[in-house]
Amino acid sequence: MRTTLGERLTDWSISGFMWGFRILIVLIVVLGTFFTLQSGKYTGEQWIDFIVFGISQGSIYALIALGYTMVYGILRMINFAHGEIFMSGAFSAYFLATWLNTVGFVDANPVLGLLIPILFAMLMSALIAMLVERVAYRPLRGAPRLVPLISAIGASFFLQYTFRGFFGPGVYAYPPIKALEGEWVIFGIGILRVQVIVAIAAALIMAILYIVVMRTKIGKAMRAVSEDKDTAALMGIDVNRIIVSTFAIGAAMAGAAGVLYALIYRQVNFFMGFTPGIKAFTSAVLGGIGNIPGAMLGGMVLGIFESVGPALFLDGLGIIRPYQLKDAIAYTMLVMILLFRPSGILGERLTSKKA
Amino acid sequence: MNKRLLALLSLLVLASMILAACGTPAATEEAPAPEEPVATEAPAEEEPAMFECTDALGCVEIAPDEPVHIAYWGVLSGADSSLGEDSKRGVEIAIDDMGGQFQGHDILLTTEDGLCTPEGGATAAQKLATDTSLVGLIGSACSDETVGGIAAITNAGLTTISPANTRPLLTDPNRGPDYAGYLRTAHSDAFQGKAVAEFAYNVLGVRKAATIHDGSAYAEALQQVFADEFTALGGEVVAQEAVAKDATDMRPVLTTVAAAEPEFVYFPVFVAAGGYIVNQIRDVAGLEDVKIAGSDGIFTADFLEAGGANTEGMYLSSPDFGAFPGGYPEFIEKHNAKYGGAPLSVFHAHAYDAANILFTALEEVAVVEADGTIYVPRQALRDAIYATQNFQGVTGSLSCSPSGDCGAPVIAIYEIMNSDPASWDPQNADNPNPKKIYP
Amino acid sequence: MKKENFIWNSIKIGLVAGAIGIFLCLVGMVEIFSKRDVVKDVISLGMFLLLATSVLAGFIASRRTSDLLEGNKAVSNLLAGTFAGLFTGIVLALFVLFSSQVNLRAVFLNVTPALLELLTFGQGTDGVWQILVFGTVAGLVGGAFLLLSPSIRKPIVNAVMVIIFMALFSSLFRVIMVNQSGGIEKAAKYLFSQTGLTANGGLIFFFGTILVSVLRSSQAGKVQNLVDKLPQKGKLSLRVASIILLAYVVIMLPNAAGPFIAQVVVIISLYILMGLGLNIEIGFAGLLDLGFVAFYAIGAYTVGLLTSYGEFGLQHVSFWVAVPIAVLVAMLFGGLLGVPVLGVRGDYLAIATLGFGEIVRLLAGSDFMAKYLGGPRGIIGIQKPCIGTLGEFVAVDVPRVCNGIELGKPQEIYFIAIASALLIAFFSYRLRESRLGRAWMAIREDEDVAEALGIKLVQAKLLAYMLGAAFAGLGGAIFATLVGSIFASSMQLIVSINVVALIIVGGMGSIPGVVVGAIALIGLPELLREVSEFRFLLYGAALVTVMIAKPEGLWPSQNIRRELHREEAAPIPSETTS
Repeated sequence: MRTTLGERLTDWSISGFMWGFRILIVLIVVLGTFFTLQSGKYTGEQWIDFIVFGISQGSIYALIALGYTMVYGILRMINFAHGEIFMSGAFSAYFLATWLNTVGFVDANPVLGLLIPILFAMLMSALIAMLVERVAYRPLRGAPRLVPLISAIGASFFLQYTFRGFFGPGVYAYPPIKALEGEWVIFGIGILRVQVIVAIAAALIMAILYIVVMRTKIGKAMRAVSEDKDTAALMGIDVNRIIVSTFAIGAAMAGAAGVLYALIYRQVNFFMGFTPGIKAFTSAVLGGIGNIPGAMLGGMVLGIFESVGPALFLDGLGIIRPYQLKDAIAYTMLVMILLFRPSGILGERLTSKKA
Repeated sequence: MNKRLLALLSLLVLASMILAACGTPAATEEAPAPEEPVATEAPAEEEPAMFECTDALGCVEIAPDEPVHIAYWGVLSGADSSLGEDSKRGVEIAIDDMGGQFQGHDILLTTEDGLCTPEGGATAAQKLATDTSLVGLIGSACSDETVGGIAAITNAGLTTISPANTRPLLTDPNRGPDYAGYLRTAHSDAFQGKAVAEFAYNVLGVRKAATIHDGSAYAEALQQVFADEFTALGGEVVAQEAVAKDATDMRPVLTTVAAAEPEFVYFPVFVAAGGYIVNQIRDVAGLEDVKIAGSDGIFTADFLEAGGANTEGMYLSSPDFGAFPGGYPEFIEKHNAKYGGAPLSVFHAHAYDAANILFTALEEVAVVEADGTIYVPRQALRDAIYATQNFQGVTGSLSCSPSGDCGAPVIAIYEIMNSDPASWDPQNADNPNPKKIYP
Repeated sequence: MKKENFIWNSIKIGLVAGAIGIFLCLVGMVEIFSKRDVVKDVISLGMFLLLATSVLAGFIASRRTSDLLEGNKAVSNLLAGTFAGLFTGIVLALFVLFSSQVNLRAVFLNVTPALLELLTFGQGTDGVWQILVFGTVAGLVGGAFLLLSPSIRKPIVNAVMVIIFMALFSSLFRVIMVNQSGGIEKAAKYLFSQTGLTANGGLIFFFGTILVSVLRSSQAGKVQNLVDKLPQKGKLSLRVASIILLAYVVIMLPNAAGPFIAQVVVIISLYILMGLGLNIEIGFAGLLDLGFVAFYAIGAYTVGLLTSYGEFGLQHVSFWVAVPIAVLVAMLFGGLLGVPVLGVRGDYLAIATLGFGEIVRLLAGSDFMAKYLGGPRGIIGIQKPCIGTLGEFVAVDVPRVCNGIELGKPQEIYFIAIASALLIAFFSYRLRESRLGRAWMAIREDEDVAEALGIKLVQAKLLAYMLGAAFAGLGGAIFATLVGSIFASSMQLIVSINVVALIIVGGMGSIPGVVVGAIALIGLPELLREVSEFRFLLYGAALVTVMIAKPEGLWPSQNIRRELHREEAAPIPSETTS
């Protein structure tokens, strides 16, 4: 193809600008890090603290992100109501846990006292997600891509304000669990127990999910459907049933995440699903949407960036009150990663057809 | 194509007929005095022999079978909805206490969501401003809503009493004519920040203080007032930090604060962030023994639950419950019976008082005819509210200043004696927790 | 066999309806809406909701029965309706009995004694049997309704709809009409009470609608014929007349309807501006952008900084100078933010732009930028537009004097907003038909093919970005003037989401669709402010319903309509393997 000089010049200037942008972001990060480390404001122990916190936070993002990514893998749709599924899990667990706590069950059996609300939350979240799928998404199979997105946004509002109607706009305090209070000293560093438990629980749940997806029949069917719906249907797979189970499993993860979130933050509110939902969606994209290990990795990366970022990058640049800009750091990192890897960390390069 | 055209055409003909019928007289009427459309209108309505409306802002006429209409405006959806809902409940209880009636007329309460933003407040206010059946307003909840909406309300001849706005500027003597219709029963942040500063400097005897806010206008203003007052007293503010509203890990910011070596840390934030700060502050080297204080945003039992054992010995500023002339426990009883739970925020009692001030003023100025028709002169009502003196509300003895401050600015400092949420009872005479220690 | 089938079916429908009824109670609608009337002293809105649920259950059960039995059989239809209604009643009755025994309120805040009293007609648990009676009768009515001939059914449905519509918006109509003089005010008081329709109003609207519906169905053909018979010239003048009338209505509206309606129209216009901008990105070029609010914020802050007489004002220029600058600045930022993410595709682009939107909001509200942008205190004192000369800037917090006409009120800014929306709509329309517009469409259909055809992807996308941003910047500029102050808290993600939703609901890529979408998604919720607690609940339900009922949008463009039909032939879109 023939191109004029002017066209080539604009091409060059645009790609030059793009590189400039990349270099600028990297420079900010590197310079900020350099100055922060040089100032020696934070000790090694504090850095480890940041990272541990980032991991426990990130594991919650990862759990929610799994639901986004699994649904995306199968339906190519952003399930915007997923954050509300997470919230509904936290709410169901709250009522059960409060009751268990008042009858003294939690103090007597700390493990069961923790496990039962989680299982209950997973169940309730799965039920609600199946209902949402049936009412708001199933009639839209085959509609243009953005139509289910809007329906999902509608479902998200509906769920949010249903819970506001049911339980009011107030903040509920999740009951304290004595077994989770205090710190454990590992290698001479004090780490909050609740953070360790949350990270471990999240890892266990993700491991179970991985086994389900990779080893069981239903997992195989799921992978087949996400590869190619038509062919899977020809192979005798009940595509609808697989889609529903995908929603249910993804929702169960989010429900569990809701409980873990409530354990750390000790607060439950009808609006609590919004921000973590967006962050988890970001994590899923960061890892490469549609990719299950990607979601886990994306969640961790985002959690750690958020925790470490303000102190590491901004403090050194002399930006005042950097902790206000925690989320801005997270999104900047996201943009940076997408600049270098436009399909996320573990995502494959997409053709336009799929994107 | 033609069918649609036809439908459109007939709709337009209809609409233009309506507009032609009503547009012209309204325009001529509004032209001379656009600020006070009621003034010229109301007198034309009634039989002059009975009642002559001479009020500068006009009168509201309430026919015998019509309700007395008041409105609440404030945030009722989104992340801040508990603030607005809390105040709304106070108004509803005040109406219940009137038996739902005023001079034999039902009281009708409508609500407008202000979304906690200036444009939400502006739209809500515009809607209220259009409604000539309104006698008075309670609201808004968020100060931003007032900034956006107050001009429309004042210019419509309405008067609003806010139970929850704490931004100092709103009742500043130089606040401008748009605020003529604005009063509040909530205390300005200026009082509270000042009380904390004096307490810290004079009673605790600290000289170096640090503050943390959460980016909300409330916390930002409060910590700034504190910082200014503290510096004026001769102290030094060594660090002013901020966190995001939904922040959870406070160690980094506390580490930064610790580096400045304060003796006193003031964080006038809300329950969530407050809980995290208290939970983590003792873990940070250099802050193990620092004195800590918060404000009324965390003056609830929920805060003890969220903050845990570290809250013991912490100072909180709040309206002085000891100065409440009584009636607050009864109010809470009614609240809990009606709504099945404890109040959602701190301004329910202020809303209750605001509504009662409105009703008292209404009683004073309303002209009741023999047939039950009520006339409410609007300027007189506004003046009557401004003239409120020594009103015995549940939040104190309230007197309104010419710049609209009705709140009884008796701020006390409390100390948390026990971190068990069940023991939270600032009213208890024998064993109060938290305990009032200043003034 | 079949008989059993339809009864079981009706029972299932009844159970679902009962569950919906319980939902309405738990969410608080029944109790709160019981204070509002559909028709005063006849039926409250809360009761109407429950009653409508039972009637609908009966109707649906009856229709299903006709499907199952392949035709209407009066007895079976009535039976089906009765069963559906009865079971709706049974579920609700059980709910009442259960909640009178167990303290449900510890979990569900709205199960108040007042609610139970309402449901049992004030008679305590002794009154429970009445729920069954009401449910059954309502179901029976619903079932019988199907048996009526459509020519009777339709006017009744219309009449009920009109009554509900009028009742929902009664306070709005009443307020506007009461502000007029003489007869209109009297009519308003005659038709509307403060909480709904009066009994007289209900009767008038009911029979009025029936009359109009009947007349329309019998006379519409004749009028249509008349119009068709008109000569070409006559048709043209008819069209011109309608345009003149439309202009007249638009010009007279703010004066007649008052500042609230004007304010709502301005907000709708702002969303139309943003919608048209985003439509270029999503609808024309297929770039999903979830951070559109960033450009809106940039436009608003630019105007704020340039014109404010407050603390943060920089230049104190007039509105007319500031707006073009704001548009240019927004456009520039569109380019700056557009370039880096151009290589990012599909949903990755969506999330990258979402990130930009959030970054802009967080920075604007942060203490770091507070020196320039006010932080949480915002920028206040934005100068109102002035036709004429502006006085000198005297001091901070003192507005400049306008020697001429100051456009301060919503009724006045209305004209600026409407004019901008019209201008941008025209521009948008021309753009779509241009070479660039066709290039965008090609990109939307298939990037790779478009590139192979010689379309400069980068330039075309960048232009889409910049133009979209410019429109949003204009919206932001007018917004700043309308409200008179800007706070970062106004620049939430929800604004971006609303804009995307209104484009899709209106019909992707369709310019009239944007207008329809903005009116439906922004205008209606604004007008329904009084149901504040349930606004977003209803909004969510409406989004889902519209998408399911009309996936192509309310006013789709021709292309999309064609596309959908193609996809109907092959329901599962083919997707490449991952």
